[in-house]
Amino acid sequence: MRAVITVIGKDTVGILHKVSGICAKHNANVVEVTQSVLQDMFAMIMLVDISGMGENFASLTDDMSALGSEQGLAIHCMHEDIFNSMHKI
Amino acid sequence: MLNTFDILETIRMIQDECLDIRTITMGISLLDCIDPDIDKACEKVYNKITTKAANLVSVGQQIEKEYGIPIVNKRISVTPIAMLAAACPNDDPVKFALALQRAADTCGVNFIGGYSALVQKGFSAGDLALIKSIPEALSVTTNICSSVNVGSSKSGINMDAVKIMGEVILESAKVTADRQCIGPAKLVVFCNAPEDNPFMAGAFHGPGEPDCVINVGVSGPGVVRAAIAKYPDATIDGIADVIKKTAFKVTRMGQLVGSRASQMLGVPFGIVDLSLAPTPAVGDSVAHILEGIGLEQCGTHGTTAALALLNDAVKKGGVMASSNVGGLSGAFIPVSEDQGMIDAALAGTLCLEKLEAMTAVCSVGLDMIVVPGDITAETISAIIADEAAIGMVNNKTTAVRLIPAIGMQEGDMLEFGGLLGSGPVMPINRKSPAKFISRGGRIPAPMHSIKN
Repeated sequence: MRAVITVIGKDTVGILHKVSGICAKHNANVVEVTQSVLQDMFAMIMLVDISGMGENFASLTDDMSALGSEQGLAIHCMHEDIFNSMHKI
Repeated sequence: MLNTFDILETIRMIQDECLDIRTITMGISLLDCIDPDIDKACEKVYNKITTKAANLVSVGQQIEKEYGIPIVNKRISVTPIAMLAAACPNDDPVKFALALQRAADTCGVNFIGGYSALVQKGFSAGDLALIKSIPEALSVTTNICSSVNVGSSKSGINMDAVKIMGEVILESAKVTADRQCIGPAKLVVFCNAPEDNPFMAGAFHGPGEPDCVINVGVSGPGVVRAAIAKYPDATIDGIADVIKKTAFKVTRMGQLVGSRASQMLGVPFGIVDLSLAPTPAVGDSVAHILEGIGLEQCGTHGTTAALALLNDAVKKGGVMASSNVGGLSGAFIPVSEDQGMIDAALAGTLCLEKLEAMTAVCSVGLDMIVVPGDITAETISAIIADEAAIGMVNNKTTAVRLIPAIGMQEGDMLEFGGLLGSGPVMPINRKSPAKFISRGGRIPAPMHSIKN
């Protein structure tokens, strides 16, 4: 089971650190990261393995939303099933 | 492997184009709650609903977080209450409405549908009492929806019921005149009512359904409109293709959420209703899709054809995406819940007659239309009869949800707020159909109903 975390917003020091810190706290293993900074806009898509975190996915989402509103970032945290079902037959 | 483009497309659909799951509706059979003592029956109804749906809202919220997709409504539909009222003929069926309201408050759902009667061929015990109690039931409750099926392609149209429903709608508006006439906004008169519809106000749990089931209604007019906007020069079949692809994606999401909810609640998964349900929110309008296809304003000539194309493409795209499709499935055209429709009605481009033509090719009927408060009961009945005839002859569901705006005239606005939106009072034809309506009886089923 994997989840996709996307982060978009104004670039500041330590965004990746804070996001991956929350992942570590919830025992979600970061599998893949693509990241780009265009001028001062930060955009990142992170794939994390959530098999180790049991049924606590909602708390990861909550923490990410809290970080997003605190830092002024748009953070979405979604189970990979939604992308697989919408975009693959 | 996940594709960056797909990920960003999904997020854009949710964030900018108002994509959401409109409703998870739990259908609950109340047939085992029938009791000749109405108080005992009400207690059983309350207990069954609050047991079965205890976790409905929390599971819905959990799924929202898991997939990052908003689930706007969590709702319940129940067995038509007339079937329960039949066992206690001397009691007031409003007691059932109050029991349902208590259950809605306990479960935290925003609507329970099923204060209903199925009278397409005639009234059985309980039906008439329930229908006559509808105005009071809708006035003393806030979260209960009512529907009455007055006709079907198989059995014709019960004109006695049509006559009564005109009176019931008018009365419902009068008793809630101090609350923006909200009563009739929760009341639908059907022809060919689907038994597994998850959408309010017409949801009820048909007698042929299992004991408990999860049905899902998807939405997404904004997504379809945005997709069409990317192809300004496509031919009409190109547009149909774009709509199909979009409907597929939206429905797949509904299928995923429905099966997850059914797994978490331990309740079988019924159907996905693949409807385009507009909301008053900016960018979430079916009228704007029609305008995106190439009409200056919804309601002008060409609207019916564009809507037929849209409705068909939505079904074709959605059918492949779901294991079971049901409910209403198609494009909704509620006037007060759709900003584009409201604008068109205010501009005089969209009139009742055009809406009636549109209902012949879309999935519902005359929905959320505000009419002058001095309308007669006979005229409302005649509008119901027209609409039911379209449904009966064309083998499709049609419905009427009219709101007489008591004390208001053309050009005034009723403000419901929330998902129900606001509606301008639309002009009606003032010639009387009273003699036709007063005849009573039944319109026989059409020739093509004899299929066996």
